[in-house]
Amino acid sequence: MSLLEVTGLSKHYAGRPSLVQRVTRDPGQVVRAVNGVSLAVERGEVLGLIGESGCGKSTLGRAILRLHEPSAGRVTFDGTEVTALAPPALKAMRRRMQIIFQDPYASLNPRRTVAEIVGLPLALHGIASGEEAREITARVLERVGLKAGQLDRYPHQFSGGQRQRIGIARALVSNPEFIVCDEPVSALDVSIQAQIIALLLELKRDLGLTYLFISHDISVIGYLSDRVAVMYLGEIVETGPVAAVLDNPRHPYTQSLLSAVPEIGARRDRKARVRLQGDLPSPLNPPKGCKFHTRCPLATGICRSAAPQTRDLGGAHSAACHRLDEGLSLLEGGR
Amino acid sequence: MTDAAILSVPQAESLFRRNLRDFRRNRLAMASLIVILVFVVMAVAAPLIAPQDPNETDLLRRLQPPGWAPGGDWAYALGCDGLGRDILSRIIYGARISIFIGLAVIFLATGVGILAGLAAGYFRGWVDVVISRVVDILLGFPYLIFAIGLMAMMGPGLMNIVLALAYKEWVIPCRVVRGETLAVRELEYVEAARALGAGPRHIMWREILPNILSPVIVISTIRMANVIILEASLSFLGLGVQPPTASWGSMVSDGRAFILEAWWVSTFPGIAILLLVLAINVASQGLRDAFDPRFSE
Repeated sequence: MSLLEVTGLSKHYAGRPSLVQRVTRDPGQVVRAVNGVSLAVERGEVLGLIGESGCGKSTLGRAILRLHEPSAGRVTFDGTEVTALAPPALKAMRRRMQIIFQDPYASLNPRRTVAEIVGLPLALHGIASGEEAREITARVLERVGLKAGQLDRYPHQFSGGQRQRIGIARALVSNPEFIVCDEPVSALDVSIQAQIIALLLELKRDLGLTYLFISHDISVIGYLSDRVAVMYLGEIVETGPVAAVLDNPRHPYTQSLLSAVPEIGARRDRKARVRLQGDLPSPLNPPKGCKFHTRCPLATGICRSAAPQTRDLGGAHSAACHRLDEGLSLLEGGR
Repeated sequence: MTDAAILSVPQAESLFRRNLRDFRRNRLAMASLIVILVFVVMAVAAPLIAPQDPNETDLLRRLQPPGWAPGGDWAYALGCDGLGRDILSRIIYGARISIFIGLAVIFLATGVGILAGLAAGYFRGWVDVVISRVVDILLGFPYLIFAIGLMAMMGPGLMNIVLALAYKEWVIPCRVVRGETLAVRELEYVEAARALGAGPRHIMWREILPNILSPVIVISTIRMANVIILEASLSFLGLGVQPPTASWGSMVSDGRAFILEAWWVSTFPGIAILLLVLAINVASQGLRDAFDPRFSE
């Protein structure tokens, strides 16, 4: 059984209905940020979740943790249905499921010391207090590459990379099994990114952690994921082992994403760049049929009318596209 | 690389320290602070400082001019009022009333305002609707008329003045707190606290409140000057502290009858009101510039 199982998870944001809409029972405009997502994460693996800005990947991460209450669907963690938990049980569950945020500046309270920020879970869950809590906090700080002597400093006294280490320490202090990493390196310099990624992998290995790693950076995802899920407009379009998805992408959206990765060298002839037309459609008014058809170079009549089913492609690889069987590829050069 | 070593990196300063330093550099604000302190010392040590008993009447000294004027006596430096009471002593004792009421109203109003504003901003929904409508309704009343009405209902007295003013005063900090809370509750560190399992109480008091306190403190100081004027207005109208207790507002009112023959009776307490209110306003502007630069021009 997977450690984390997500079934048909949706997060819809309804605008406030006007009086007329309330009288006529018109639901008004609904933003479908996450729409019927199913995925599973095995214990000890890293599932990379990739997609462009606004596709709903952060919302999905937060809905899994019930930071944003899901509109529909089920989340099961280690056999417990998280979506059905009452507040006290949910609080206890938060010890086991944690999150690391993207922005190392916004995610630390500027008025609290590192000891207070990182030690907060210890106090909240009654794990430790006083000197004991300080000791645990200091040990976790050293584990993420900071010094115990920095306990009483404030966040503004640290650099971006150090602040991200504080955020990691806070997520670790309650000994979680599963961590949602919500673009944890996107706000950092490239040189710092490498350090933080190395730290995250080291922690995963030593502490037996499981990550849902959200990113828009294919090279980061490719480097540290075991499996990859590709998200487009609130839905998962392709998922599979990292090698299968990145080396043999089957969904035209994944193919276009990969072709957008810049490459160094003169091998330009190897593949032509696929340029998608237009922008990501608004989740307020998503296209009918396959959500990608408005930008897909391969779209045909059926794509405009019917949503494709997710199909198993063998080897745990699956994708949702009507034209999978036709062996078409946007990537030239016979990948 | 070696250049970095030459640069002397200043010790990182805490936000509060930096704000305090900014405030100290503001000469006008510091001068105002000294004026305020003088008034506070006057109020606290009134029995030691006052040259005369503020309530002792002496009809022989009725409307006696200030010490420097012909017919004056330096033992009664600012002259005497219609009942022959020493004006300087009454001003010194009157500072107690003004400062006590100013502080009491602001503390009460800020406390209530923080509670209501945090609840409205954090819980939103119907809590916000109820609190915000009450605030809107109270804002619709003219302040002084509202206070006069309440005083007429409750009757005069020190605590009643505090209540009458605080009834409406709390909406000011409440609106500030609500707005700031709405903004801060969406920040990632609040979300992080929720992810760690923190409940609403922890989030409101420990995560949000410390981050919105600067504008609240600044607004409260500015409003304190207003409250002092309102107390003086109520006392001027005879709805404030009861005689013979000295209050600046009632002293100004007492002198109205003799304004042409004995200008000092109204003028000196008026100057006291002016000085204290001006000092608080200037100091609070300095405080605002130092602690919450968003609001300064």
